[in-house]
Amino acid sequence: MDYQTPQDRQYTKSHEWVKIDGSTATVGISDYAQHALGDIVFVELPDVGASFGVGDAFGVVESVKAASDVYLPVSGEIIEINEALLDAPETVNSDPYGAGWLAKVQLSADASDLLDPATYAQHVAEEASK
Amino acid sequence: MKQTPLNARHRALGAKMVEFGGWDMPVQYRGIIEEHQATRNAAGLFDISHMARFWVTGPQSEAFIQHINTFDVRNTAVGQSDYGLMCYEDGGIVDDIFVYHLADNEWMIVANASNAAKDWDWLTQHSSGFDVQLTDRSAELAMIALQGPSAEHILDPLTSADLTALPFHGITASSIGTAQGYVSRTGYTGEDGFEIFIPADQAAPVWDALLDAGSAAGLQPVGLGARDSLRFEPGLPLYGHEIERDINPYEAKLGWVVKLDKGDFIGSDALRMIKEHGPARRLIGLQMVGRGIARQGMPVQTTDGQEIGSVTTGMPAPTLGQNLAYALVASGSVKVGAEVDVLVRGKPVRATVVKTPFYKSRYKK
Repeated sequence: MDYQTPQDRQYTKSHEWVKIDGSTATVGISDYAQHALGDIVFVELPDVGASFGVGDAFGVVESVKAASDVYLPVSGEIIEINEALLDAPETVNSDPYGAGWLAKVQLSADASDLLDPATYAQHVAEEASK
Repeated sequence: MKQTPLNARHRALGAKMVEFGGWDMPVQYRGIIEEHQATRNAAGLFDISHMARFWVTGPQSEAFIQHINTFDVRNTAVGQSDYGLMCYEDGGIVDDIFVYHLADNEWMIVANASNAAKDWDWLTQHSSGFDVQLTDRSAELAMIALQGPSAEHILDPLTSADLTALPFHGITASSIGTAQGYVSRTGYTGEDGFEIFIPADQAAPVWDALLDAGSAAGLQPVGLGARDSLRFEPGLPLYGHEIERDINPYEAKLGWVVKLDKGDFIGSDALRMIKEHGPARRLIGLQMVGRGIARQGMPVQTTDGQEIGSVTTGMPAPTLGQNLAYALVASGSVKVGAEVDVLVRGKPVRATVVKTPFYKSRYKK
């Protein structure tokens, strides 16, 4: 199974992606993550204005079978959430790196410990072969 | 992890595999919702070889089954089967079982994979004093379920069994493809369908033949994910959720499986008392009104914040398009139509108490 890992962003071991643009960042879950979860039927997102640290659970995506926390790859304040997902959570399956983004964050510190696309692809290959 | 004889087939079909009850099992192939709808609208094929299959033979096999089972099998004729429960002395549930009457003094008990070792010990321990022989044939036989409105049409050309004459809960020895085994009109989806018992070394060719025969009719392989959603909608209980060591049949709305008038059996004294006094808790159905999905273990409270119980199973029901749940709550605390809150990750989300089952089973009667 080949999973997409776009080159224009960074990743976490817990399968989130983050695209940093100056002092703001857009976050979502990876193609591998959406595939592993299966049909996504519900997305819970934080309130705009809420602040989180690196690795904090900031949202939940749910499949038919289970609910999974989503962890913030960076620290900062939520400045926008993807409201369209509340009515169309399946967009996270169909376009995880585009229309399926989850939230935008005003960074409160420089990002660190993120995985580059090649390192993340290697991590996914190891997970998938388990 | 244990593997069924169809493990390589699941991997070749691209299934996502998970651990379940010590087994390496497919949770989904093309997606839970798609597999669920295929089963409701056409047919689904399930590898359920992980379930336990115990044979009970000998002159006192019926008496032994009456002793360990809450149901009364005196009317379960040869060629028929019935659902039942094994209970502890205090009325808690050891497991739910299906008991098939194969021949005079020959019965098969099908039990949950996750309870297989516990059930075997329980049966063995309670067989002393009965002239019976217990045989664990779980490993030597495979078990495949073919479920859905097109199941009969798909299976008919492949089996010597006269399916039109096979009644609900009937079982018959027959050929299936190249194998010899049994076909029963039983299942766990709320649809018409069959369960097929064949030698383990014949499982792969029979699986392939069924998938081939059914592809034009829309048959899909179905994993444990949709097996759960399919049993959830028509209200079929799952051990570890609606039934459990500390839940009795009356609480789980399974009083109809407890036949107190058949004579003594394990747990009958306690169950008689529970029935007389009324169960402390009752299983109810919930439909979420607010945004959120109820999941097992989430507390259920009245709208003024009094905790009354917790969720046993909850999910977005694929056929019904609603977020539904079963919850075990204090008896008499709420009625159908009442509003309650489910604490979803600590936040109250409004739900309405609704009638169960959520989906009316479409068995062939």
